[in-house]
Amino acid sequence: MLRLSAACLIAGVLLSTPLSAQTLRYGMMEDPDALDPTLARTFASRMVFTALCDKLVDIGTDLKPVPQLATAWELSSDEKTLTMHLRPGVKFHDGEPLNAAAAKFSIERHLKMPGSQRRSEIAPIDAVEVVDDLTFKIVLKAPFAPLMAQFTDRAGMMVSPKAAERLGDKFSTAPVCAGPFKFVERVPQDRIVVERFPDYWNKDQIHIQRIEFRPIPDATVRLTNLRAGQLDLLERLAPTDVPQVTRDAKLKLGSVYELGFQSLLLNPAKAGSPLGDPRVRQALELSIDRNALNQVVFNGEFLAGNQWVSPKHPNYVKEYPVPKRDVAKAKALLAEAGQPKPQITLSVYANSEAPQVGQVIQAMAKEAGFDIKIQAADFTTLLDMADKGNFEAYLYSWSGRPDPDGNTFSFLGCKTPLNYTRYCNADADAALQAERGTVDTAKRQAAWKSLADRVLTDRPVVYLLHRKLLWAYANKLTGFVAYPDGLARFTGLKLN
Amino acid sequence: MLQFLARRLALAVPTLILASMIIFALQQLLPGDTATALSGEERDPEVIAFIRDKYHLDRPLPVRYGYWAAGVLGGDLGESIRLQKSVSELVAEKLPVTLELACLAMLVALAIGVPMGILSAVRRGTWADTLANGVALWGLSIPNFWLGILMILLFSVQLGWLPASGYVPPSESLWENLKAMAMPAFVLGNAISAVMMRHTRAAMLGVLGSDYVRTARAKGVSPLRLVLRHALPNAAIPIITLGALEFGQLLSGAVLTEQIFSVPGFGKLMVDAVFNRDFATVQGVVICTAATYVGLNLAADVLAAAVNPKLRRA
Repeated sequence: MLRLSAACLIAGVLLSTPLSAQTLRYGMMEDPDALDPTLARTFASRMVFTALCDKLVDIGTDLKPVPQLATAWELSSDEKTLTMHLRPGVKFHDGEPLNAAAAKFSIERHLKMPGSQRRSEIAPIDAVEVVDDLTFKIVLKAPFAPLMAQFTDRAGMMVSPKAAERLGDKFSTAPVCAGPFKFVERVPQDRIVVERFPDYWNKDQIHIQRIEFRPIPDATVRLTNLRAGQLDLLERLAPTDVPQVTRDAKLKLGSVYELGFQSLLLNPAKAGSPLGDPRVRQALELSIDRNALNQVVFNGEFLAGNQWVSPKHPNYVKEYPVPKRDVAKAKALLAEAGQPKPQITLSVYANSEAPQVGQVIQAMAKEAGFDIKIQAADFTTLLDMADKGNFEAYLYSWSGRPDPDGNTFSFLGCKTPLNYTRYCNADADAALQAERGTVDTAKRQAAWKSLADRVLTDRPVVYLLHRKLLWAYANKLTGFVAYPDGLARFTGLKLN
Repeated sequence: MLQFLARRLALAVPTLILASMIIFALQQLLPGDTATALSGEERDPEVIAFIRDKYHLDRPLPVRYGYWAAGVLGGDLGESIRLQKSVSELVAEKLPVTLELACLAMLVALAIGVPMGILSAVRRGTWADTLANGVALWGLSIPNFWLGILMILLFSVQLGWLPASGYVPPSESLWENLKAMAMPAFVLGNAISAVMMRHTRAAMLGVLGSDYVRTARAKGVSPLRLVLRHALPNAAIPIITLGALEFGQLLSGAVLTEQIFSVPGFGKLMVDAVFNRDFATVQGVVICTAATYVGLNLAADVLAAAVNPKLRRA
């Protein structure tokens, strides 16, 4: 009896070790919002969805769409009908099949559910038609080039129609999708737990048994937890902590440049602001040394830029390279504008980095004659202020989208929701309509060039930097690939 | 005593109503509403309008307070718009965690502060007094954040004795729970122990100099008995009151410590709710904290009245 108990104990230990060893503890910067792909709005929830909800297509490291739930797709010659073929044999976590009817349901849910955050992303969709069990057609009101890019994110996520109908707007309490992991539990502010879905279509590539997402807002605390063995992988490592990670033999670093940007929004419409004069806006840009800013605040880890995409992006307009700092010219422009000492208020997010960026800009611009006052506030206060156009200069960051349309249309188009500076120019608007109206690469690049012609001269936005997305992880973790959308993929990951 | 208790309870109800009104009104002063915070990066105007309508954000302030108060009377603290979960559930989830942390921190504070305060008063002017004052100064001046990180580096990264963060419910494993709570409780308790020590020292010095203590000493009462039996009970009243106030603050003010050690308590919930303008959650948490605070004050008053019958007529 004693031997039997001992054998059971040993067997139990042996069996339990690999299981617990395959629990990946992921340190995230913030607690996600609702875990419903239709209603979710934060970067943090996108991270959890990578485990829970597969998309019609994924994004490759080269930014091109690659098959995920859809294996093939064709666009009609008039670019108004997209036919998609689904992967056979895919099941949702509740055992329901993923077929064309389910895909139609999910896309229509994104379009019609009250409060949907996806509606504006795929608004040009007119109808979704089921062709056969695994084929469906998307009919567009007009050609819409960014559609495939939208399907690489939440708009392409499929939910189980049965669960979505049963749970309604409470779907986020027990999300049912077709991703590699299924939902187990969520304790707000503490953890989200998911476990391996045994019927996943690509189950051979899933080696992790469970994932615990743990929100730890402070970057230093996240890193300390990783070093203490409480986490296996963390996102958004502070650039100043990179040397600590590279020095530690037990840790590894993953990095990729983001798809978004850090910028200065300059509001010419703010009453009485010197920024109403284009020469003052140009002088402000000329007074900033982007590389020095990068070195001082971010240890040189980021990338200086001057457009909505980074200089490494295929759609970067090469005719407009990053301008060099020219204080003499900035002073001359201010003198010409009759404003040698313009006073400007710069609004920044009150986190650990943005005020530092503001201070460096303040110091640089001072040499040209600017007197910049920095105003730090929480994010919602800044959004409210931006919505009302109640700012002069605003240090604004955008997480970026795979298609450059997602970095431009809503910011620079007339009367678009993110156009906080109220910029409206007919040529720029026409360029934006042109880029989204075709998938033809050459025509789109020409549109980006004409958009740059206008925007980089009018300067409603001065693009400054492109952040490097940084992950740190324990070296027992293998198979980690840094994707430019900033979201870790769990396929192929192993904990040794 | 019963009459005293009834009087105090009757006062607690309007206090809570007033507190709820003030917090509700104060939240409206924050720029931006829930719809601004929750409309996402895309900021679709239709989504903003939908959220405003669904949660009555476009109604006048008294009407919104009315909706909330009616819910509370029906036992419903509302719904967290951000987390899509009932506030009552959130409070029920977080309150035990915060309460446990507060109790453990208070134990640490009492275990360090009171003996040090007594020692410092009894040995006034000696090296022990200087040492106790030095420790108190250290406790007051060390920022929680810094001490927390240093403790994690020592006990988790270097020695590997304690988990760096997280929370294990005592029902799952009491040992793991205490291990997880040891550092946060010490960091929180350390700061309060300094205040406790200063107050105990002042109260003890006052009592030790009084006539009855001199008389007791003249009658040959042993020093230990003199301090513990004669002086301490009379010095205890300000310590009890202070303890109750500090405990109340612990319930609402452990934000930084909870952030450092990722303890899922009221602090983290509150900070996230304020930044996301999740008014129902803020209101629910504040009301529960206020109720606990009022309850603790009541308990302190009752305890003080039990020690000193003269107070019952107050």
